[in-house]
This record gives sequence, C-alpha cells and structure tokens, in this order.
Amino acid sequence: MVVGNSEVRVDGYDKATGRTKYYEDRMPAEALYVRIKHAEKAHAIVKSIDTTRAEAIPGVVKVLTCFDVPNIPFPTAGHPWSMDPGHQDVADRLLLNRHVRYWGDDVAVVIAENEVAANQGVRALAVEYEELPFVLDAQEAMRDGAPQLHERFPGNVLKHTASRLGDYGAAIRKPGLIKVEGTYDTPTVQHAHIENHGCFAYAENGHIVVVSSTQIPHIVRRIVGQALGRPWADIEIIKPYIGGGFGNKQDALYEPLCAWCSTQVGGRPVRIDCSREETFVSNRVRHAIRIHIVSWLNPDGTFAARKVELYSNQGAYASHGHSIVAKAMGSFPQHYPCPNMECDAWTVFTNRPAAGAMRGYGMPQASFADESNIDDCAKAVGMDPLEFRRRNIMPQGFHDNFSGNTNYFDSFRVCMAKGAALIGYDEKRREYGHDTGNIRRGIGLATFWYNTAVYPISLETSSNRMQLNLDGTVTMQCGETEIGQGADTAFAQMAADAIGLNSYRDVHVISCQDTDITPTGLGAYASRQTYVAGFSIKQTADILRGKILDYANEITRQAVSNMDIRGGNIIRRQDGSVLMSLKELAMTAQYNPVHSEHITAESTYTIRNNAYSFGCTFAEVEVDVAMCKATVKRIVNVHDCGNLINPALAEAQVHGGMSMAIGYGLSEQLLFDPKTGKPLNNNLLDYKLSTVMDHPDLEAAFVQNPEPTSPFGTKALGEPPACSGAPAIRNAILHATGVAVDRTPINPHVLFAEFSKASLIHDVWQEKEGSKNV
Amino acid sequence: MSQYKLVRCNINGKDVERMVDVRASLTDMLRNDYRLTSVKKGCEVGECGACNVLIDGEAFNSCIYLAVWADGKHIRTLEGLMGPNGELSDIQQAFIDETAIQCGFCTPGFIMSAVEVLESGELYSREELRKRLSGHLCRCTGYENILNAVEKTMKRRHGIPVD
Repeated sequence: MVVGNSEVRVDGYDKATGRTKYYEDRMPAEALYVRIKHAEKAHAIVKSIDTTRAEAIPGVVKVLTCFDVPNIPFPTAGHPWSMDPGHQDVADRLLLNRHVRYWGDDVAVVIAENEVAANQGVRALAVEYEELPFVLDAQEAMRDGAPQLHERFPGNVLKHTASRLGDYGAAIRKPGLIKVEGTYDTPTVQHAHIENHGCFAYAENGHIVVVSSTQIPHIVRRIVGQALGRPWADIEIIKPYIGGGFGNKQDALYEPLCAWCSTQVGGRPVRIDCSREETFVSNRVRHAIRIHIVSWLNPDGTFAARKVELYSNQGAYASHGHSIVAKAMGSFPQHYPCPNMECDAWTVFTNRPAAGAMRGYGMPQASFADESNIDDCAKAVGMDPLEFRRRNIMPQGFHDNFSGNTNYFDSFRVCMAKGAALIGYDEKRREYGHDTGNIRRGIGLATFWYNTAVYPISLETSSNRMQLNLDGTVTMQCGETEIGQGADTAFAQMAADAIGLNSYRDVHVISCQDTDITPTGLGAYASRQTYVAGFSIKQTADILRGKILDYANEITRQAVSNMDIRGGNIIRRQDGSVLMSLKELAMTAQYNPVHSEHITAESTYTIRNNAYSFGCTFAEVEVDVAMCKATVKRIVNVHDCGNLINPALAEAQVHGGMSMAIGYGLSEQLLFDPKTGKPLNNNLLDYKLSTVMDHPDLEAAFVQNPEPTSPFGTKALGEPPACSGAPAIRNAILHATGVAVDRTPINPHVLFAEFSKASLIHDVWQEKEGSKNV
Repeated sequence: MSQYKLVRCNINGKDVERMVDVRASLTDMLRNDYRLTSVKKGCEVGECGACNVLIDGEAFNSCIYLAVWADGKHIRTLEGLMGPNGELSDIQQAFIDETAIQCGFCTPGFIMSAVEVLESGELYSREELRKRLSGHLCRCTGYENILNAVEKTMKRRHGIPVD
C-alpha cells in the first residue's frame, strides 16, 4: 500500500532547486505590459478620461478605458456552471468600469512595450469623476438613504436567506431561561499568497491562450469566454505551478481583461502582473461578517432556543456572493443542534474590495462567532467550556437531510478528547485563569464544522485520464489542481494503489492543466480535491486495469478473472506467480504487429456525496495586561479528515492553516480610511501577516475515522485548519483575563479598549504606582 | 548618465558581464538577463523575502538592491546550490525530507537565508533561528517544518545527532 505513507512530494526536487516554473517564469520575452489605472475614489462615476498624455509616452502602444469595453456583464466566481439560470452566479462585472464601486476599481489600462512606460502611462491618465457618497459597513449599507451600488440590487442586499427550526418565539417564553447575547465581528482580510496573481494572454491559431496563476483553469475558460462574448472553446487556459491561492485564485481575476487586451493589439502577447498592493485591494478579500447571536439556555446548560443573524460584507461586486454566508449560517443548526432556531443571513454590497472565497468559506467567521458565544454560554451557566461542548455539540449519528451527511463516528467528542489530553486541558484549566498580576495565563478551545466539496449545492464532477507507458509506469492527468497543498502527490499515491503499482513514483502526474488537453475538472476549492479525485482515479484505474488484463489474457491465456496487477506485475491469483511485468505487457501491446494497442483509460465520475469533516483547536495564551498583548504559547489542532493519504503532507497543511488562524485571531486586518474609503495597509509591512517570530511551534494531530463514502476513506482537510484557531485564542484570553473580546483581530488596540472597559489596565497601573510608593 | 551600464560580477561561481538598465533591480537582472527564475517576486519592496540571494555571502532582498551595485560582487542564487550532476545540498534535501515545501514560492529565498545561517558556523538556538529567518513570509507552512529543516541541518553540520 502506498496510500497512508508520508511520501515526499512529487514536485519536491524541482521546488528545492528553484526549477519549478510559475506563470511569470514562462513569460514570452516580447509580451507587452498591461498596467491598470485603479480609481482613487471609493464611489464615483467616471465622466471622462483624457488619454493624450499617456499615449504620447514613448513605448505606450495603446490606452483602453472603461468607455471602450464591450457591454457584456459577466460573473467571476469560481463555481461550476449551472444550467439552471436561477443558480447562475451574478453577472455584475465589466472589464473596466465607468461606475467606480470601490477605491481600486479598474477604470483603464495602458499597454506598453515596457513596464516603465506602462506605469508612466497610467500615471499620465487624467480621470474626471463625479463623486458619490460611499458606505463601508454592511448594516449601514442596508439603511434607508444609504449609497446604492447596483441598480439591480436596491437596498444593497445581494441576497437574504433564512432558516427556521421549531418555534423560537414560543420557546423563549419558557420561564427560567438564561439569555446569552453577543455580536461578533470579523474583519476584512486577504489571502496573501506569496505569489501575486498574474497572467499573460496571446492568440494562437485563432484561439486565445491565457497562462494564469489560477486554482480553477476550466472554470476560468468559461468565464473568459463569457466576458469576451466568444465560444468557450475559443479560449485555452494553461495553469502552471502557482505560488499559493487560498481561494483568491478561485475567481476569474485578471484573465478576462488580459485576454481582451491581447485581442485589442492583434493577438500579441500581453501580461498583467499584480503588484502586492493590487493583490490586497483589486483581487478578492475574505468577507467581514458581523454575527449577532441570542442563545437561550435551560438551567442544565442545554439550548432552549437560538437566534442567529449574519451580515456579510460583500464589498463592491458579487463574486462568490451569498454562498459564503449561506455556508456559515448552515453550520449553526448542525454544529450545536437546538430545537428552536431562527437564522437569517444577508449579503450586502458596500464600497470595499470585492469579497470572494478564502480558506474556510465562511467558517472562520461562523466559528469565531459561534465558538465565542458557546464560551459565553458556558460561563453564564458556570460550566467548563469543554463540558458544555460535550453536552451540546452534534451527537454521533446526527444526519443532515440536505447534504446527506452523517456524523458516523462522534468525531467532535473524539477530537476534543484527543486535543484535551495532548495539551493537558483539565490541569491547565484549573491552574490558569486565576492570575492577578500583569501576566495572565489562560487556555481555551474551539471546534469547527465543515463539509467536503459542494454537493448538493453545485455540480461535483471529476475526470481523469491514464496512459500506460512503455516502461510500465502510468501517466495521469487530473482536472484537479496542485496549488501547493500536495495534491499531485496524494493523487499519485491513490493511483498507484488503485492500479497496482509498486510506488507512487510510477505514476507521473502531469501537474500543469491545459484546458485544451486536460480532462475537465473544477479545480482547487471546497477542500474537495482529494475526496472527488479519489472517485475518478479509482474508476479510471479500474478501466485501465480491465484493458491491461484483457490484453494480458491474449498473451498469457489466463482468465482475466484469475489475474491481478500487484507491484507493477501481472500475477496469477491462484498461486500469486508473476506472469509478466507491466513493462513487458506495455511493450508487447504497443509493438505487436498484429494487434497494436496504446493502453489508455479516461472517465468522468459525478460525485453525489458529501462528507462531514470536523475538528478543534486548543490554545494556551499569555496576556501581558499592561502591554495589551496576547501571545499564543501553545496551540494544538485535531482533525478527523478520514484516512490520511499522506500524513506528513496533511500535517504540513494543518500547520499552514493554524498559522493563518493565528493571524486571523491576533493581527490581520485590512483597514480603510473612514473619510475616503481608501485602503490604508495594502502591503506586507503594514498588513500583519504572521512571521516565524509570531507563533509557537504548531502541533497537528489526527483522528483517522475512515470516511465510508470515499474509496480511499478520505475527506476535507484543506480549509478546516483555518477555522477554529481564532476563537480558541479568544476563549483562552477570556479564561486568562475574564474579558470576552467579540471581534478579531484581538490586537493591542482592541485589548486596550477592552481592558480599559474592564478596568484591568487601570488596576495594573495602580499596582505599579503603589509598588513604587512602597 | 547613460541608461545602461556594464555590470561585471560572479554569479553562482561564474564570471559574467552584461549591459544593464541602471534602473533595474538585481531581481530584474537575475531573472531577465540570466534567467535565474528561482529569484521570486512577492512584493518588490523588501517585505516578503522571496527574492533573497547571497551577495558576498550575505543575504539580501535583491528586489531593493540595484543591479549596478552588483558590479564586482559574488552572487549566489538557489540554482547555484545544486551540484553538477543534480546533487542536492543538505539543506535542499532537508527541505524535501521535512515537508518544508508546499507551493514552493518562498522556498528559494528561505533556503538562501538558511545557507547564510549554516555557513556562519554558528550554532543557533531555535529562538535565534526564528529571528534569523523572520525576514521571510510564507503562507503555506506556518514555518514549522522550515524551521525544523534549518535546525536539523545546522545540528547535523555541527555533528549533533537529530532524530
């Protein structure tokens, strides 16, 4: 068995030698530079753009503005296409915009022979605006008289959905209930993958080819076709290795504009390379979601009723839109089942950058709110937060009718027990939480709910192609993309076992997707790829095995049913004897003068399953009260993501998510000037991404309950590690200081206000003054 | 002043010379003139460390180092670490073995800072190593395995057994 081994990455050598090619490393030397004029207004109408000065700059080839683009609105979300118009993504984008909806919106481009001329050209453009009032907050945008962003969405509400269970109104009238209410705020943050998004486009035999740093080549092909009003088959998207994505590149970013610019200069190659500053503002961000929760508890610490209202800040354009807050809302009734619930979610346009997918897809926000409220509830009834969760969290056997998911293994309680033992929760809960000096220690936990892939909301499909090579190895193409997570390695391991090869090194995964060549797949999102590719890999391997054994039957005259493929050989089942190697078979089949066969297999599998993937974080903090600073001293994540295909890669992926969660909890936040709407810290110096100094060693643990719906027993792991870290830290700070902070990031600015309110800082200063006087 | 200037330097052990745009960064020169594409661009203002190379043995963000300043200097990029027959250096092997690589974009810069650390001959504590590597941003790994790879290689070079 190859699955389950910590094999080294198939792309490890190339990446360790700097040989791996990303989009910019494949750039044609003659590519023209496209640089974008971003609006310096949060909300405005472009009245005119004077291009004369820009066009006079030597090296400038062409200037194109929002007055030149085709009037074809298109959607950008990296969702599978839906044949049902009611389920299609909102088409609210143009290639360049006259109606500026956020500071950084695209209004014009300069195409030039070199970067300097292109940048000079952008600076030389004179844009005349009619300024409009703007709004940055979702709930303010819902008020009467608020600035309006899209004609089609009066009141700025992109969508409102609700779910009801039992009778909330009646349930809360029961006497003796304890009410715990909170409003939990999460910030706008950005993916900050180290490779910025970029792409280049050129014409080839009448096609438009776009080489792009994307997670979703096949979906981007459809969107570029839509945006340019051309048949989708006219577009070819090539996805090389990419330097991280985390959901930002699960959107069509600048591929449509780049492709169109190429058509405007006779199909010559053109390049768009986002700067870091552009990546922060003019790509996608994570939705800031404000969540209001009212919990009504029975005196025994169980839920009588809960009300949850979620306000999701969509920013200027729909992108993934309501799907994100819908997922967040959907978690509440499942995570902590409660007989009477009222949940409402609104997605609201504001004049911030467009929010899209980001690792966790609504769950980091939902987890922060729900898990904060859970600790507040435990405190209100005087119960240990771990015990409160044990009592209320989703029970084993819980079944969700919509997704069809079942909690087969009591994953939550098993993960919590493992995490508690690893970090020594019980002792630390007793020991910490009583400090009265400046340094106060606390321990907290949080859990997360997640599901795998997007069935039944959207199409789940996976296609795969295998070919038997002449040396007995197999070349495989998947539509699922390697974006750093190690997907190709996991696929090679699964294929090796499914076919019967000796080693995952005997499977050559073609990492680069080219939509003209690669079987259709949807790409990296929804923590779906290992799960969904598993089905098509198994199915295609079975077809390949069938063809191999049929051919072996011709040569060996053994019944197909009496043969198998093991360790790269055809063997006879009855006695296990080796009949021939796959190499011998492949050579014979290829060069047989009477019956030559190139043995290949290809198939598509439509996945109509989903799978729960749960886990938790335990965090230990030290709070320096006077400095208003919380430091994570120890942090442990536990995941039940089914059987691990590659434990070392799984652990590494969890580390990355934990680091992101720590940043989400303590430091990361994209800030906007309330007077102008201008982003204030869209660079890696002022936006506080965790460095290696900012967190302790990261500990990842697993509970391996085999997922029954997957041929490899696997389920989601990509996004879950980013979901529960922030609330675990928040709850540890609550334990350490008694202060419940209801927003992230919990940075010194926030703690200063909270500690002042709680008179903690005042106390410390008095103590210090007092000690001096003594 | 002319827009172009001759820059003579030694790159990965080889003496080279090229007329270079005086406005170009060392990143531009290495990537565009010498096709050393391990030198990555993540911010181009010295914040992320992806473009890090060794100049006379010292780690620099090449994006904020003018190409013309490289005149007379010895420059090493990740391409120069590999042996003539594709042999990996111990630190490259450790990055692979410790699962310290994911998307790979920050990897070249990190490895070159690790080389600086290793060649210093110092035996740093884990906390000191954190400081030495803190000029690099990584969004995939949480730094955990990168730190392990550098620490273990450092210890091995000092003859200290590691698990």
